[in-house]
Amino acid sequence: MAEQPVSVARNVVYCGVCTLPPEYCEYGGTLKKCQEWLEKNHPDMYARIWSEEALEAATASLSLDAKDRAAKDAKKKAAKAEAAEQKQADRLANSVVTIKRIERNKRKYVTAVSGLEAFGLELKKVSKDFGKKFATGSSVTKTPSGGEEIVVQGDVSEEIEEFLLEKYKNIPVDNIELVEDKKKKASAGPG
Amino acid sequence: MFKKDLSASPKQKLKSSIQRGLRQSLLSTYPLLTPHIDEVLPKKASLEQMKLPDRVNLYVNEGQPLFFQPDHSDVLLPHLKLVHRFPNAFPTVRIDRGAIRFVLSGATLMAPGLTSAGGRLPIPTERPGEPVAEGVPNEGPDEEGHWSRELEKGEPVIVMAEGKEEACAVGILAMGTKETKDKGKGPVIEETHYLGDGLWRLNVD
Repeated sequence: MAEQPVSVARNVVYCGVCTLPPEYCEYGGTLKKCQEWLEKNHPDMYARIWSEEALEAATASLSLDAKDRAAKDAKKKAAKAEAAEQKQADRLANSVVTIKRIERNKRKYVTAVSGLEAFGLELKKVSKDFGKKFATGSSVTKTPSGGEEIVVQGDVSEEIEEFLLEKYKNIPVDNIELVEDKKKKASAGPG
Repeated sequence: MFKKDLSASPKQKLKSSIQRGLRQSLLSTYPLLTPHIDEVLPKKASLEQMKLPDRVNLYVNEGQPLFFQPDHSDVLLPHLKLVHRFPNAFPTVRIDRGAIRFVLSGATLMAPGLTSAGGRLPIPTERPGEPVAEGVPNEGPDEEGHWSRELEKGEPVIVMAEGKEEACAVGILAMGTKETKDKGKGPVIEETHYLGDGLWRLNVD
């Protein structure tokens, strides 16, 4: 690490899986995947970091006891990361996007979309997109149950389904549900 | 400080006067950065500020996180991505291999990790040669990674790791390095930012 007076900014490679610099991948918990990624994208770096000598040098300085503990720790972390991933996948599989058509007035409808946040979408941005796409008002509203949903003016439920499927590929078709909602309060008596 | 994941919040453009002020305080905290300042913070840059929980301000330039600043102090701490780009511009200490995994889960750094064979604490030495430029102290790590000046309590410091090239954490010294060597135990660095924490994973775009 000799000091160079005019050193230009270095460009550091970051692992595409765990985002850490590759030499720290072993602490990220997704070691297997990181290794695969590195081998594919930066074979030279892979050869340097995961070579036999490097590994040996790495473990030589630790006592047997410490090695054991570190290994155990790494295992635990990996298991945890895996579990988290599994959970995330499960959650994705189970979460449903509900597109609800609500009657507002005879022959006037609004469309409420809920459940998008489970797919990692930002409601505010999506709502803007809806508004642009359908040229209608679109807003993020709080629901009485505490969550948030997007309310789009007009009956655009089918179009929204198509739009979602096209734009956000990670939402499976089966997870979109169309619901129709009649006006809750029957009109308050004849006027 | 950023153990939990952060969600991005809206960014604000900063006035150029504030930007100048930041640049000033940056240079006074990290004089070693002087030769690179135009690269870190171009004069015409449109610096943006992002507010994070716990009243931390993060400064972003064109999608690159540069510095963050806890509100209650006026210490500017570099984001690790910046440290990786300019590793020579910040005072460093080095920890031994055994301590890495604790650091990467956000623990406070204890003295034994620094005083052991794999760790590197500063050894004050006279460095040969002239200072690079006026106002830039002549200090830096030697071949083994010992910084050439004792660091005081409260100074921001970069944590390197044994056998690794890149820095793994940024923190503030809770104990001067000289004291650490004498005492050999207790917490030394209050870690604020480490690889893989919420700030690291924060999406600033």
